[in-house]
Amino acid sequence: MSVVIAGTGMHPWGKWGRPFVEYGVAAARAALREAGLEWTDVQFAVGADTIRNGYPGFIAGATFAQALGWTGARIASCYAACASGAQAIDIARTRILAGLCDVALVVGADSTPKGFFRPVGGDRPDDPDWLRFRLLGAANPAYFALYARRRMALYGDTSQDFAAVKVKNALAGSLNEAARYRKTVTAEEVLASPMVAAPLRLMDICATSDGGAAVVLVSEEYARRRALSTAVRLAAVSTVTPSFPNTVLELPCFATDSTAAVPPPERAFRASIAHAAYEEAGLGPADLSFAEVYDLSTALELDWVEDVGLAPPGEAAKLLRAGDTALGGRIPVNPSGGLASFGEAIPAQAIAQVCELTRQLRGTAGARQVVNARAGLAANQGLFGHGSAIIAIT
Amino acid sequence: MLPSKRLCHIGSMAAPAIDGWFTVDNDIVHLIGTRCADCRTVYFPPLTGFCRNPHCSGEDLAPDRLSRRGTVWSYTNACYPPPAPFVAAEPYTPVTLAAVELAEEGIVVLGQVKDLTVDDLHVGMELELTAGPLADGPLVWMWGRP
Repeated sequence: MSVVIAGTGMHPWGKWGRPFVEYGVAAARAALREAGLEWTDVQFAVGADTIRNGYPGFIAGATFAQALGWTGARIASCYAACASGAQAIDIARTRILAGLCDVALVVGADSTPKGFFRPVGGDRPDDPDWLRFRLLGAANPAYFALYARRRMALYGDTSQDFAAVKVKNALAGSLNEAARYRKTVTAEEVLASPMVAAPLRLMDICATSDGGAAVVLVSEEYARRRALSTAVRLAAVSTVTPSFPNTVLELPCFATDSTAAVPPPERAFRASIAHAAYEEAGLGPADLSFAEVYDLSTALELDWVEDVGLAPPGEAAKLLRAGDTALGGRIPVNPSGGLASFGEAIPAQAIAQVCELTRQLRGTAGARQVVNARAGLAANQGLFGHGSAIIAIT
Repeated sequence: MLPSKRLCHIGSMAAPAIDGWFTVDNDIVHLIGTRCADCRTVYFPPLTGFCRNPHCSGEDLAPDRLSRRGTVWSYTNACYPPPAPFVAAEPYTPVTLAAVELAEEGIVVLGQVKDLTVDDLHVGMELELTAGPLADGPLVWMWGRP
């Protein structure tokens, strides 16, 4: 038995300044339309939570269900930072696989403030996410910059390489009607943008955005019964956590785990996220037609390319320079345009990645279509140890 | 007792910005971690209660001073004033941050860097623990030139 992605929907990313519920409902309705189903067909709805929009955001499943109109459908709400959407999908597909429902709707949406993400308000000296700002002034880009600098020191990556990632993703994003940034950029523009957290410049770092995404998941049997498209199926959903000791300095931590007593695990956390998805799908990196990875920064895309096994450690820039990861290349990475073109709408982002997987695998991605796409992977990581990798196949 | 001249330099008259994470003792700054009595794993920030090693059921986590010198794992800066609850100095000069690897503890610890910019740093160089004031007064640990 497998779970079918019957429909996808997105509210365009931007800085619209409206309640997140509107984006979520728009995305949900679009996904239902694409699936050829009604909201009243949905038996189970999962909302990926947003923590910056008050109580309705904490109980997103109920919020979306109420906005779509109470039907008595069962609901769940979950939060896993940037991986919230993947966990929401995992909850829905597990319920379908368990035979407890046939039709599930997964929705994530966010409305974001201007500027750097800051900790949730109030004086909370017991919260590491509050303390890292208070004691260090370590906003999110600081962590991205630490990884970027490490790549430069270890592998010889350059600012030009990082700029090339942005140029590549902006070109793909210019072809995506749901993206927030639709303009192509040049390397010169990236390299002339203001330094934010050395070595990363403004155009190396993803923005924070408003947006909404939804998918409709159904059992294969139900899809056949209702004559829905069964073209795209979920082959794996990995939501693994790190293995102790985690030796990468993760957002929002002050330190890594210690290796004083236990040696580092065989795979670092990001690599273990994709590995678990490959194991579950019975596929490997060579089977992929394309990948969507979480490019919170340009440099981080290069980390991910290695972590999901598309290149050995240190060699992602080589693929980039050869054009392998561009649209039309051997293994396109972020054909949607990635976070570079979207900006991050946290609870919607992992779901948006799955929307792109589905469109590519259905062959409906238009000008950014990956030729003959058969299998796609979406990888992501939420702070506080939330892994997220989804493989979809046709 | 009057503080020595060097103590004044560190700023030990200021209260720590956080209790129990570091000490200033005769002008020598130490990070305070904890170490599990059973498996010897080290924790920073200091962890109490239960060891996080999944193969260890230890509950005796005693305070332990961490090594004062380590090598730079990576570094960066904040070119724009970080948001609250950070209190930015006015006029603002970029805060430098370094993640420093302590060999004996097998741990990387993030901290502000004192009196150095990103142009002075490189991955692998040695830094030593010191302390300095936040813009609104309280003291925090910082990495500095040995």
